Amino acid sequence: MNSNLYGLLGLVAAVCFILALKGLSSPKSARRGNIIGAIGATLGTILVFWAPGGHHKNLIPILGAIAFGVLVGVPAARRIQMTQMPQLVALFNGVGGGAAALVSTVEYLRLGKGATSAEIIATVFTVVVGCVSFSGSIITFLKLQEIMTTRPVVFPGGRFVIAGTLAALLGSAGWVINSGGTKPLVIMGALALAFGVLFVLPVGGADVPIVISLLNAFTGLTVAASGYVLQATLLIVAGTLVGASGTILTRLMAAAMGRSLFGTLFGAFTAKPQESSGAAEVRSVKSGSADDVAILLNYAQRVVIVPGFGLAVAQAQHTVRELADLLASKGVDVAYGIHPVAGRMPGHMNVLLAEANVPYEQLVEMEEVNPTFPQTDVVLVVGANDVVNPAAKTTPGCPIYGMPILDVAQAGNVIFLKRSMRPGFAGIENELLYDPKTTLLFGDAKDSLTKVVSALKAL
Amino acid sequence: MSNGLALLSIFVLAVFVGFEVVAKVSTTLHTPLMSGANAIHGIILVGAIEVASNATSNLPTVLSILAIVLATINMVGGFVVTDRMLEMFKGKKKEVK
Repeated sequence: MNSNLYGLLGLVAAVCFILALKGLSSPKSARRGNIIGAIGATLGTILVFWAPGGHHKNLIPILGAIAFGVLVGVPAARRIQMTQMPQLVALFNGVGGGAAALVSTVEYLRLGKGATSAEIIATVFTVVVGCVSFSGSIITFLKLQEIMTTRPVVFPGGRFVIAGTLAALLGSAGWVINSGGTKPLVIMGALALAFGVLFVLPVGGADVPIVISLLNAFTGLTVAASGYVLQATLLIVAGTLVGASGTILTRLMAAAMGRSLFGTLFGAFTAKPQESSGAAEVRSVKSGSADDVAILLNYAQRVVIVPGFGLAVAQAQHTVRELADLLASKGVDVAYGIHPVAGRMPGHMNVLLAEANVPYEQLVEMEEVNPTFPQTDVVLVVGANDVVNPAAKTTPGCPIYGMPILDVAQAGNVIFLKRSMRPGFAGIENELLYDPKTTLLFGDAKDSLTKVVSALKAL
Repeated sequence: MSNGLALLSIFVLAVFVGFEVVAKVSTTLHTPLMSGANAIHGIILVGAIEVASNATSNLPTVLSILAIVLATINMVGGFVVTDRMLEMFKGKKKEVK
């Protein structure tokens, strides 16, 4: 292909990516934006087979590898449950970072002694950040999938191990830049993989999604750097866009949780060890039946439903809507109080409730719903815990301290639908459960809601 | 050298575009936006294909084919999963009207 035409079509693909991100920033155009992005990606992929000056070898294995990737990726994305999407995104991000590290390594091997110092530095950057993103994403996947503990993992002397690994990593990077060769590159890659693991292990609880977003931005920058090594404009533009927008997004997410990025990443090292006082003592909670809950709701003027991860797990979004409609038909003022990070990802609840066709006006964000709690008779907490935990205000040093919460304690009554007394994702006891105005209804959220709905109909 | 400088200029300008396009996004869309951006960096597939088609010896060929598999999963899976998330917003709009 003529190299001007090739460059021009590449530019079209790059513009598609800008329009895609722009589209994704607004609810009306989000889906179209995603499709424009997919078109740009397809265009770029087809285009590279006609790259001017390429050798066009290995065509069959290349097409086979693409087909294999599609066969793995599409069913994974199609079949995944809504609740598991965050970890799938983490996994996709990780393999992308791994791919970028491999691409730069191969190009580095091909250039050999002919590589310029700028190319070597870009390669070092790609391999280091790509490997960190790869292993870090795998750990976040394991955490969210609950294959390993969701709590921060801190071991004695952990910070020295991390600092030591980082120093060794920087040293090996210097070694690669100075003397080149394959062996230093492999050692550097191994150190970067280890650093990725160590870097994510101490992050726990609700901070994991922020780390996914950060690693996503990292992978973007990795792609941009490999674009520099390959002199591919499209990779530079796409990678940089993701790196820049991902950085902003990470900051927005951290802000929604009321923490600094620094605190999120290094919080586990500075936090004081939690006292486990009260863990042994058995305290009484008030648990009620579905009928009790139905009566409370029936005679309320205003009810706020606070959904959380438990709603997603139980797939109870349709049942919760049924309950809300039923209450509304009885003249009760019903709203949903949406915490920005309820669930496992920002916006998780909005997506879930949208699936159940909950009218948009009923979804009230935290800032607007908080002042209304004193006038609210009943708050129904469906599978949420950390986002209503007063410890975020009262217990300095606990993992969620400083996070803005939904002030449900201000309401007349609080009903918790919970599977068990197990603490939330962040692993902290919730004092509110022991409050005299709190009623607990144990069981799967969907079963409990169904029972409440039928009890309410019988009244 | 001037080529390197041109690439650097593209990089710097793209940083500003990236900052601008997502400057005001509502929390509702944080998850799909992250997922969509994640799919976009799957474009590393283009780089993987390029190095694979220039590979002559065994090791680079194997590594670059592996990179193609990983990048394809990232890109294709990423767009599909983002579309699934956004599909749910569509139903909501119908309801409002």
